[in-house]
Amino acid sequence: MGRDFAHRLLRNRLAAAGGAVILFFFLVSALPGLFASHEPNRIDIVNILRPPSAAHPLGTDDLGRDVLARVVHGARVSLKVGFVAVGIATALGLLVGLLSGFYGGWVDAVLMRFVDMMLCFPTFFLILSVIAFLEPSIWNIMAVIGLTGWMGVARLVRAETLSIKERDFVAAARAQGAGDARIIFRHVLPNTLAPILVAATLGVAGAILTESALSFLGIGVQPPTPSWGNILTAGKDNIEYAWWLSLFPGLAILVTVLGYNLLGEGIRDAADPRLKGR
Amino acid sequence: MLRYIARRLLLTVPLLVGISLISFLMMHMAPGGPIGAGTDMNPKATAESRARLQAYYGLDQPLHVQYGRWLGRMATLDFGDSFSPDGRPVAEKIKERIPITLTINVLSMGLIFLVAVPVGVYSAVRRGSLFDRISTVAVFTGFAIPTFWLALLMMILFGVKLGWLPISGISSMDFDSLGTLGKIADRGRHLVLPVLLAGFGGLAGMSRYMRSNMLEVIRQDYIATARAKGLPERTVVFRHAMRNALLPVITILGLSVPDLLGGSVIFETIFAIPGMGQLFYQGVMSRDYPLIMGILTIGAFLTLLGNLLADVGYALADPRIRQG
Repeated sequence: MGRDFAHRLLRNRLAAAGGAVILFFFLVSALPGLFASHEPNRIDIVNILRPPSAAHPLGTDDLGRDVLARVVHGARVSLKVGFVAVGIATALGLLVGLLSGFYGGWVDAVLMRFVDMMLCFPTFFLILSVIAFLEPSIWNIMAVIGLTGWMGVARLVRAETLSIKERDFVAAARAQGAGDARIIFRHVLPNTLAPILVAATLGVAGAILTESALSFLGIGVQPPTPSWGNILTAGKDNIEYAWWLSLFPGLAILVTVLGYNLLGEGIRDAADPRLKGR
Repeated sequence: MLRYIARRLLLTVPLLVGISLISFLMMHMAPGGPIGAGTDMNPKATAESRARLQAYYGLDQPLHVQYGRWLGRMATLDFGDSFSPDGRPVAEKIKERIPITLTINVLSMGLIFLVAVPVGVYSAVRRGSLFDRISTVAVFTGFAIPTFWLALLMMILFGVKLGWLPISGISSMDFDSLGTLGKIADRGRHLVLPVLLAGFGGLAGMSRYMRSNMLEVIRQDYIATARAKGLPERTVVFRHAMRNALLPVITILGLSVPDLLGGSVIFETIFAIPGMGQLFYQGVMSRDYPLIMGILTIGAFLTLLGNLLADVGYALADPRIRQG
């Protein structure tokens, strides 16, 4: 890790391109006014479903709203959902994985059987069921995607912990009188960071895809708040007349997700060059 | 072999219990509870009649007694009656919807297998070639494309612009007047896009997986031995390398069941296909709790079955597993 890692990561052109895409969308979310001059929610009954033009570079939707403005403002929603959901999933997965791997025995048995059970439910079914019980809102979406996505991280962290806790430096720390908490947080946790970072980066991509699918189905982010998924809903409703409503938000999703995937793969290769190209 | 299957079956029992526990607890989390839906809005429902209903449905019993009864009903596939206006039993509704969903998913699994294996093998054998690079780019793009968006684009292209394929439902208006061959052709035309899209997500993953398996196997000593014996490259690749690289694919096909089921909600909704996914979506939209819990449980059961088949298939193919 460290400088060597950063160097390898930046030399990987695909990963750097992925990082650039992510930075670009960060910028778009931070300063939407710079990229779209229209208001995302201003209804304009006169200009309904207009194809791309100079005034509306990506056309207008079925309420005459500027599609570019909606796509630009939708970036923030995707970003927020991606990061918060993955934050929840990673925190939970870390906790379960560390406890399970470090303590072993019945703690491990109970936690891992619970992971097995959770993995038996088709994730998308589980998310939909929980949403049906709650109200669809951006906060619930983030929480539900996070709470149904931690199992992979938990297994990963557990496997790493199992091997790390047998290493000599852990025995040395133990001999110096370090307690469990110190060993877990100072010695085991830092050594699991690389695979977690990879999983989290790829996880953001997954969460953005899930959010857009939920919003597309009308059970995610609710209009009028723009999200890439719910703009596509309008695209489907007007599929026979307005291709631009379907094309552009999807492209935004594709490029963003591709960016996170490429960066994630790049981090993996940079952290462990032996795995490159696999 | 039989002993292996028996042991594997035994392992699924605690998982089944766990799944049922989670499902049961989730149902109890539901706001309003099963009685609320029928009585909350009804001004004539007195506290006394509510209590009578509670007793009638056994809701006054302690939780573990309720769980026991519920488990008994689950075991006989009795999921209760749907909250929808027709009020039919959930099991009946699922039963008439499940064949179309399974048909599409099995077809798309076949498609995944037929396309991904050759692509993966060829990419690995010709590593770094133009084909390998193009397929790698395609795989990465495939991972990032939202399936429902691709569905929209294909509907626009093949349905609206070119008019080649129908974009909704599983049969045409004049379906009943068609002959047997016409019926098959009509059904086929309706299923082309859904099957393609259902398989799409798995395609990228599987070909990538096949490629890395192949690369792994090709490095093994027995491949070097086979080459050193002077066997033709074709025999080395297909007889020695591919057969071993295919083994883990069985597992992945089995593990892809939950993703395929989840995906069916999306493409069945988009293409208006009357399958289990669409039923589930309708249930979610109308908060039909018995229906939701029924399909969730069936989905978990199918996933478990997929895992089981994957393990048994692997054991059949690889003697090292069943002896170990």
